[in-house]
Amino acid sequence: MSSDPFIEFRNVSFAYSGRPILKNINLRIPRGKLVAIMGGSGSGKTTLLSLISGQNRAQHGQVIVDGRDVGQMKSRELYEHRRRMGMLFQFGALFTDLSVFENVAFPLREHTRLPESMLRDLVLLKLNAVGLRGTQELMPAELSGGMSRRVALARAIALDPQLMLYDEPFTGLDPISLGVISLLIRRLNQALGTTAVMVTHDVHKSLDIVDHVYFVANGEIVAEGTPEQVRASDLPWVHQFVYGEADGPVHFAYPASTTLVDDLNLGDENHA
Amino acid sequence: MLDTVLSPFRHIGHLTVNAIWRLGFACRFLFAVLMASGQCLTRFGLVIREIYFAGVLSLIIIIVSGLFVGMVLGLQGYNTLARFGSSDALGALVALSLLRELGPVLAALLFASRSGSAMTAEIGLMKATEQLDAMGVMAVDPLARVVAPRFWAGVLSMPVLAALFNVMGILGGYLVGVVMIGLDSGTYWSQMNNSVDLHFDVVNGLIKSLVFGVAVTLIAVFEGYDATPTAAGVSSATTRTVVTSALVILALDFILTAFMF
Repeated sequence: MSSDPFIEFRNVSFAYSGRPILKNINLRIPRGKLVAIMGGSGSGKTTLLSLISGQNRAQHGQVIVDGRDVGQMKSRELYEHRRRMGMLFQFGALFTDLSVFENVAFPLREHTRLPESMLRDLVLLKLNAVGLRGTQELMPAELSGGMSRRVALARAIALDPQLMLYDEPFTGLDPISLGVISLLIRRLNQALGTTAVMVTHDVHKSLDIVDHVYFVANGEIVAEGTPEQVRASDLPWVHQFVYGEADGPVHFAYPASTTLVDDLNLGDENHA
Repeated sequence: MLDTVLSPFRHIGHLTVNAIWRLGFACRFLFAVLMASGQCLTRFGLVIREIYFAGVLSLIIIIVSGLFVGMVLGLQGYNTLARFGSSDALGALVALSLLRELGPVLAALLFASRSGSAMTAEIGLMKATEQLDAMGVMAVDPLARVVAPRFWAGVLSMPVLAALFNVMGILGGYLVGVVMIGLDSGTYWSQMNNSVDLHFDVVNGLIKSLVFGVAVTLIAVFEGYDATPTAAGVSSATTRTVVTSALVILALDFILTAFMF
């Protein structure tokens, strides 16, 4: 990938309670690009996002965002870093006690002192950008899954962030909602010039919209490339993931420590 | 063999270490909440909103319970006092029982069941649905925005609810003693007036309810914030809030009574 990285991982390792999640990760995400990080469940994708947002800190290596090491940031600097960042959570994470309007207005109320009339205009513009102007009086419980995700997206871009993080944005959506969300992600990336990192395991929809893909497996980056390179790849792991094959480098069966014959006591019966 | 014998001791040791660890963690949590409480002053609307949910919506249960407790005290007190020819002292008995013990303790137990459990469930569910994480990622401290307003709302509501419980209890005692049984109204009030000391009884009772308010609300917000982010985790955190609060209220009541009276 090109130089001038907005995000850079340098030999990053991370473990939860001694269990290694990420092992010596090196990656570069250029400014203004939309990059996907793909991998199976539990491969460490979401942990990568949490290291960028500063929710977790790398135990080894550096996570550099816009020239600054996130792991070395103090609490105040971390909040400054997060103010320039938006994040779309897997299921939206809308505040259930606030209306759609108040959800989108939340970051604006917390971080700016805008007059109410200007704040209202901004909220309506953000809702319009995700095609949901007119829903501002609704409560989150009255929204469908796709609509919740779009309101959450409007909230995430309320402060026009430099960096957008998407955590599994396509999970649980019907095909139309999935198409709408992917279109919005691409369009927002182009319109705002935002650098975006998307963690997902929805291969085909993601390859349509991203500029570059990293594949993560067992805490390591096993492959990377443009969508075209990924589609044409003959690496067994990438091939299995892209084409959804049941068996391959990632085995169908869990590596049990005992055999089925042992578990069912079939060996004993034979002896008897 | 040795393992089987040692197992219960090991279990008790594990429970003790875990309880001490959680107590230490709760103290650190209280310190963090207090440090984050400055923002409550600039966003006092949030505290008012939580006072409505924790305090105002508890009024019905406090008023009704206070009234019935007072009525039972009136009945039981009259029966006992009449045996010694001291039924005139009913007003004093009702007031002192409520102001010193029953008002703060029962109001705190009701508050823990009604509002404490609701706080735990709400914060626990916010955690389970990533709302607290979302807040943190938006550079908003969940302790300042979610926990501190609820904490202060509970601390401020508790003495007022206990005072209201006492008033309703005294009224309940009056209804039974004076209206139902026919004791003299003037005697009921004057006996109460003569035996109740503002500092010794009323203020000490209020201090008790304030301490209970801090304890119950701290337990409620801590259990919610520390809940395992699953349906079962939130459920068990809510149960822990009610059980731990009840035990802590009774233990603190004994300690405070020993020092105050």
